[in-house]
Amino acid sequence: MRIDAQGLHYRELNARIREAVAAGEESIELANVNGQRYIGDGVERQVRIDVHGVPGNDLGAFMDGPTVVVHGNAQDAVGNTMNGGTLVVHGDAGDVIGYGMRGGKILVRGDVGYRVGIHMKAYRAQVPVLVVGGTAADFLGEYMAGGVLVVLGLNGRQGHPLVGDYCATGMHGGMIYFRGDVDPSQTADDHVTIRPAGEDDLRQLRAYVEEYAREFGLNAKAILSHPFTTLVPSSHRPYGGKYAA
Amino acid sequence: MPQLDLDTRDALAGAEAEFAPDHTRPRADVVPLYSPPEFVWRNDTERCRRCKRCVMQCGWRALSWQDRVGADHNKCVGCHRCEAMCPEKCIVVAPNPQHYKPHALWSVTHRKNVWKQGDTGGVLLTGMGNDAPYQVIFDHLVLDACQVTNPSIDPLREPMELRTFLGRKPERVELDAGPGSALALKTRLDPNLEIATPIVFAPMSYGSISLPAQKAIAMAAAECGILWNTGEGGLHEDLRPYAHCAVVQCASGRFGVHAGYFNAGAAVEIKIGQGAKPGIGGHLPGEKVSLEVSQTRMIPVGSDALSPAPQHDIYSIEDLRQLIYAIKEATDYAKPVCVKIAAVHNVAAIASGIVRAGADIIYLDGFRGGTGAAPTVIRDHLGIPVEIAVAVVDERLRQEGIRNQASLIAAGGIRSSADMAKAIALGADAVAIGTAALLALGCTLCQKCYTGRCSWGICTQDPELTRRIDPLVGARRIANLVRAWSAELEEILGALGLNAVESLRGSKERLRGLDVDPSTLDVLGVKPAGVGA
Ligand code: SF4
Ligand code: SF4
Ligand code: SF4
Repeated sequence: MRIDAQGLHYRELNARIREAVAAGEESIELANVNGQRYIGDGVERQVRIDVHGVPGNDLGAFMDGPTVVVHGNAQDAVGNTMNGGTLVVHGDAGDVIGYGMRGGKILVRGDVGYRVGIHMKAYRAQVPVLVVGGTAADFLGEYMAGGVLVVLGLNGRQGHPLVGDYCATGMHGGMIYFRGDVDPSQTADDHVTIRPAGEDDLRQLRAYVEEYAREFGLNAKAILSHPFTTLVPSSHRPYGGKYAA
Repeated sequence: MPQLDLDTRDALAGAEAEFAPDHTRPRADVVPLYSPPEFVWRNDTERCRRCKRCVMQCGWRALSWQDRVGADHNKCVGCHRCEAMCPEKCIVVAPNPQHYKPHALWSVTHRKNVWKQGDTGGVLLTGMGNDAPYQVIFDHLVLDACQVTNPSIDPLREPMELRTFLGRKPERVELDAGPGSALALKTRLDPNLEIATPIVFAPMSYGSISLPAQKAIAMAAAECGILWNTGEGGLHEDLRPYAHCAVVQCASGRFGVHAGYFNAGAAVEIKIGQGAKPGIGGHLPGEKVSLEVSQTRMIPVGSDALSPAPQHDIYSIEDLRQLIYAIKEATDYAKPVCVKIAAVHNVAAIASGIVRAGADIIYLDGFRGGTGAAPTVIRDHLGIPVEIAVAVVDERLRQEGIRNQASLIAAGGIRSSADMAKAIALGADAVAIGTAALLALGCTLCQKCYTGRCSWGICTQDPELTRRIDPLVGARRIANLVRAWSAELEEILGALGLNAVESLRGSKERLRGLDVDPSTLDVLGVKPAGVGA
């Protein structure tokens, strides 16, 4: 079904989406979206939502199941604390993407902003994956507790590094992969180990990159032909020694 | 490089390991200075029947058995569990009479802390609420009573209304003519929580406290018609039957948080801060993340549960509004959203912002609020008392004409029904109790919760210890406490000539200050004793 979001307040738009989901709709097309927040928020069913225009903040927050495809840019807090499902952004996405996410996938074609992938965590079969096609700004993967972050730098801003400063502070679980080199001074290098991606890493990466390439019509082989760098936490207790016994 | 013999090489390797940045261990490469024990343990060996029960009861393993009970005084934290369980009642745990020369500036505690930090280089931890000797304002406020010119009410004879509704109230109500001569409510009311008495339980997560302790609290809430709070630890499967009276919390670690969790609870609470540790996060060490804790928090077993200091999607009031409405959208506007903050200097302005951001309830946690673990320096020196916070927030919201938009819960050092009545007179709709509920479970305030070895089975995940709490028995004790305070509140209301607790709310005129400095009284909006109406 198609919903014209033109002039609709987010509360009304989302009520209509929820209604459609409850009625068993399989696919919902949103036209003329212009900054409406919370699209897909808390939806717990497998439904496809196509967003035409620019959705507002907290797209797919707390969601568990839907596939939301944004045919353009997205704003802040995409996939906030999401539990499952897929979010695809064909343009850039803003700050605080995938905060506290516990499952599902976020695929961003372009760049992302600050504080991305903070406190991602894995639980049993739920391993969240966030793939950024371009570059990421500061505080990437802070407090990361699980899951996988991939930064490809394919279409990044010219002259910009893959990632900003303070990457992986307090990281104590999960993996971060960069396509290319990362300057240790940009990371919390006392919390993480930085190494060239090995065989095992590449095997894991392949699946994510292939899915990413399929989604955006790119060549996975070409992307994978470049050397990758892996960041893993040095300890599961980054602050264990801070306190007096 | 000259060849080294094996022993020297090993020793050097060891030394290197000590100085390499190792984030898993405290820097214990110093021989600790002597620090005398805080308590000495004694038993009457004549009366001791050698049952060894005390040895088994000590969570901190301070006692051992070699023909008779032997005590490692340094390990004893003074929790008095052994004493309570001794069939002969022949144990005395007393403060160590050993004496350092007194110093008005350098207390023995200050000295011991310096020794310990010289030993370890670590941040000192503690549990429970601020124990520093600040003035307790509650103890300097007295309530009014009716005499001659206005009659008191006898709660034994007359109905008393303690029922309280938490949530946003409309500015005005509009009525429509219903069928016949009846009137129908036209105004759409926001969701409110009905509680039978103005008490709720403070958030204490499963992880910081044991499952039987949390279950006892949840059962007591259900029995008393009030609310309990999951804290930041998710909702355990066994507590699902008590979800209808649970406030489910969403904090910076987002542990166990998902849409189903929000919808299971009666209300959702966004935790910004905690009175015992304003402005900082929390670390539940991996060793406390057992299989069950892991299922509830939805993180792997043994993984550290780090709650960052801020919620990284909230850096401003606008961001808070965004999360409040993200939760309202996820719950289809059916649940009130509460925002919990620590009482800090600018609390009135912050609370005003929180109401404008769309919160339905504000939970104000004063600097005496409890905790499972906090750096001592933070607990004892940051924040302000709840008495002041609740008075200034109530006043500010009234001045701005938005007091109806949110209810206020006062927490952090509510020790009795008197504190509750005074907090309500200062402007609270209800109070939250955490420490008092744990005391009802047996806690003796030894303040060692952060060690996870609580002999009373409260702040621990060790099954040997947690099974000491029978949730049914615990629930009865806690429910008794709530009942007792409610009955006392009715007595107080009767003496004040009131028949509903809402008539006391924000009624600062019914309070007077004794031995409080005038500027504090001014801030509280309370007159000194002896000044009439
Ligand atoms: S049970 Fe408590 S009071 Fe008794 S020895 Fe152990 S720590 Fe001390
Ligand atoms: S519990 Fe009391 S009677 Fe039993 S061994 Fe200990 S001191 Fe003796
Ligand atoms: S809960 Fe246990 S560890 Fe904490 S203060 Fe009470 S008795 Fe001590």
